[in-house]
Amino acid sequence: MNYTFHFADVWAARQELADGAWLTVQLSAVSMVLSLTIAVFGALARTSGPKWLRMIVASYVEFIRNTPFLVQVFVIFFGLPGMGLRLDANTGALIAMVLNGSAYTIEIVRAGIEAVNHGQIEAALALGLHRLQVFFKIVLPQALRAVFAPLGSQFILLMLNSSIVSVISADELTAAAQDIQSRTFRSFETYIVTIVIYLILSISFSAVFALLNRLFFPKLERS
Amino acid sequence: MRALGPSDFLFLIEAARWTILLSLSAFIGGGIVGAFIALGRVSERKWLRWLSIGYIQLFQGTPLLLQLFLVFFGSDMLGLALGPWVAATLGLSLNAGAFLGEIWRGCIQAVPRAQSEAGQALGLHYLPIMRRVVLPQALRLAVAPTVGFLVNLVKSTSLTAIIGFVELTRAGQQLNNTTFRPFTIYMTVAVIYFLLCWPLTLASRKLERRMNVAYRR
Repeated sequence: MNYTFHFADVWAARQELADGAWLTVQLSAVSMVLSLTIAVFGALARTSGPKWLRMIVASYVEFIRNTPFLVQVFVIFFGLPGMGLRLDANTGALIAMVLNGSAYTIEIVRAGIEAVNHGQIEAALALGLHRLQVFFKIVLPQALRAVFAPLGSQFILLMLNSSIVSVISADELTAAAQDIQSRTFRSFETYIVTIVIYLILSISFSAVFALLNRLFFPKLERS
Repeated sequence: MRALGPSDFLFLIEAARWTILLSLSAFIGGGIVGAFIALGRVSERKWLRWLSIGYIQLFQGTPLLLQLFLVFFGSDMLGLALGPWVAATLGLSLNAGAFLGEIWRGCIQAVPRAQSEAGQALGLHYLPIMRRVVLPQALRLAVAPTVGFLVNLVKSTSLTAIIGFVELTRAGQQLNNTTFRPFTIYMTVAVIYFLLCWPLTLASRKLERRMNVAYRR
């Protein structure tokens, strides 16, 4: 192998990479929060809504989970404008990530809801709580505690998937890397640096999730 | 712009066979890598365990798209002109190996420890214990999650479209370039993926339920 590495061009473009990484963090964080919010209501509809609503949510979840994210991005970004809905790249990316993320998150939250002991619900109802109160005050906190770990891994996958929105040239990290490599022809160096940034991002996100887990759900005292 | 005819849909369905073939070859490659990773992960040697953990963290902690870019451009840089087939299979296999390795590690560790201890007490060495005692039991547990992972693998193959491999998604892009009917075309592409993946999802769920019944005491 007679190849000399040149990282100088990549170093010169560090500001672009930093901006891209920042947008990746923003896109990911916003879509995590929105996905979780949608998922709470989706999972509520999926477990205790009327039958037609349950069917709709279930088909949505199945369809999203059994098709590639890339194709979903294409449908949203190239397909919707034909129906009169024009989106800029970053908005399109965010919509795609939220639609994708909430399908997976609904499934996880639903599993958590189903794991809550039925006695808890009966006790709360017997105490005179309204059904929605029971859901938001009794069931949901226990469900989220139970599924916090898989939720965290799912959100990290969502962050990694955000690299795919570079195909519609949203200005995130991968798109920045592609710009740099097409300008400098240092593809290998650029992608090595980019992949290391992603690794740092995913390790940081899992550290943040571990912290949040401790903050929101301190260890229960067992008697 | 021209209208979409039946031959266009046939073109997409035919392109799906490349998706299927690529998924199969990446599954074989990923299975080989995954077997080594799983065994390394439960090895008695510390450095092997750390090596496997590092491999899993690297491939599960970075985007598959970037991994494909690195294989594609990296091989170019080394002067190996890997064709799109080999580059796509290699990239997907390295990634699938990390996920399969982690799934299979869980299955190996789910086999009660007493099983391998009993093997040791009978005077068996590491290899016969693994081959004749632990792995046959772990294999039964591994079927359902492995089929579930296949769904992810089929979906991942769509990313090879970005590095120029012609499979279902890329065929959709090509068709769109000549006909410009993005919504119909990409929805059709999505439906074909769904028809490939959904049976696998259902099978995995069914196997899992059967396993739960079998192991309930």
